[in-house]
Amino acid sequence: MAEKKSLGKELTKGFLDENPVLRLVLGTCPTLAVSTSVESAIGMGLAATIVLICSNIAISALRKVIPSKVRIPAYVVVIASFVTIVQMLVKAFAPSLDEQLGVYLPLIVVNCIILGRAEAFAGKNNVLASAVDGLGMGIGFTIALFLMGFIREFFGTGTVTISLINDGKALWSPIFGENPILIFILAPGGFFVFGMLIMLANKIAERKGKPKAQLHSCKACPMFATCTSSEKEDCDR
Amino acid sequence: MILDKKLSVSASPHDHSKDTVTRIMLDVVIALVPSLIAAFFLFGPRTLIVSAVSVGTCVLAEYLSRIVMKRHQTIADLSAVVTGLLIAFNVPTSMPLWMVVLGDIFAIVVVKQMFGGIGMNFVNPALATRIMLIASFPTEMAKWNAPFSWKTEATTTASPLGEIKNIFRSGTINDDSFAELPSLMDMFLGKRAGSLGEVCAIALIIGLIYLLARRVIKITIPLSYVGSFAVIMFIAGGFNLTFLAYQVLSGGLLLGAIFMATDYTTSPINFKGQVIFGICCGILTALIRLFGNLPEGVSFAIILMNILVPHIEHLTTPKPFGTVKEKKKKGAEG
Repeated sequence: MAEKKSLGKELTKGFLDENPVLRLVLGTCPTLAVSTSVESAIGMGLAATIVLICSNIAISALRKVIPSKVRIPAYVVVIASFVTIVQMLVKAFAPSLDEQLGVYLPLIVVNCIILGRAEAFAGKNNVLASAVDGLGMGIGFTIALFLMGFIREFFGTGTVTISLINDGKALWSPIFGENPILIFILAPGGFFVFGMLIMLANKIAERKGKPKAQLHSCKACPMFATCTSSEKEDCDR
Repeated sequence: MILDKKLSVSASPHDHSKDTVTRIMLDVVIALVPSLIAAFFLFGPRTLIVSAVSVGTCVLAEYLSRIVMKRHQTIADLSAVVTGLLIAFNVPTSMPLWMVVLGDIFAIVVVKQMFGGIGMNFVNPALATRIMLIASFPTEMAKWNAPFSWKTEATTTASPLGEIKNIFRSGTINDDSFAELPSLMDMFLGKRAGSLGEVCAIALIIGLIYLLARRVIKITIPLSYVGSFAVIMFIAGGFNLTFLAYQVLSGGLLLGAIFMATDYTTSPINFKGQVIFGICCGILTALIRLFGNLPEGVSFAIILMNILVPHIEHLTTPKPFGTVKEKKKKGAEG
């Protein structure tokens, strides 16, 4: 079992060192799909964070009851229940957000980050630590989505619109006039921004002495510290 | 290749030709000059401004990115100049300069230097930029200036490609169909709307002849590219030669086949590989032009084949003389 870490560390590791999107490269599908605007990016991030905290708490509380052979289906059932609740809440209180996120809101069920944290953390740790881990990872996911959404909307439309601020009007007049750089809100632009942000996160992590993301090396994995030895052998194969 | 050659402790080949990267790139630049001159007469002095800005930005971007990456300088090999010129050739004359600059930076920094610089780029930088610009600024990239309109008042007109597509879509192709288009002679001389450097077929062919004479490129790729393209167009056009001629002369086919598809880094080495590459480029271009949403397919076809080049190379690796094909190992003992 992993050594005890302070709760603060469990919280902050999700921000950068083990940022689910930029360092673990999980949940890329919703990241690329909903990061065309800041608003939907934040909405998606918050919805996933709520699901992540709740599912981490529930799975951690049930970790001694769930037989390990059927743990994945059990996790999925728990996650799916919370996603349904969140979806209903969003539909009731923020219908415009529901429209923006579309199918990606129910698809949180199969978001790798949530299942990944359930498998890697909540299934092995106590309730409090799991809740904090879920919060940290959720914030990390939201930060990554916000950055992508901001860059893509800023360059792709020339302005940023958040409906809660400035009466839903654009924050400033479009900087590129009638010619925003459209590619940023198209799919290829999403991949470019994603790649650049991963590069940046690697650079910062490298400066902090963390291993650089590399292929073919177990040490490069951000999960290396918490990984048990038998899993490491699996990795090397 | 680029580093000090005095002390070479290396694996084979030990005998080098006298060609340097700089000399080859200089030849390509020289081969592009006729098209630039033609563009100047057709579209006016702004062509020179666009080209100069594009080349300048490319060289500067290469210089700065090499400094940032702490690698040795490579601007002297002139490859950035070629990329800059090709980007300028791929945009309409009226393109706002900041968009050209953006495209140059994208080509050099993202497509070329981030993958390791010259010889390492996985697709042709100029073509990747063209696609990026089309995706980003669809209206600006489709504002074709009418030839010679710069002398009086700049007017924009439709590119022949779009009209040819409409002719194909209408289903009936006969000699009356082409009444709206410039005459074939005008198409050949470049008196038509289009990107800066792609219009003048004769100037591009002069460039091709120069490159062939200098042995910078072989005819294989351009010929198999245009040839397979022509065969498909001949059949698709109901064996109408006029339709075929318009298809070959319009758009960026010749520019792409002569200068972009033959880029050393992103094209196969062997004869067999080059033929496969050229034919696939031709088929893809024809299919996109006939059935795609966008009028032009050259850039997408070449980029797609660029990505497939490692696999083509793998398939066409020559067998060393005298070797026997290794048999597949049988399963584990027993």
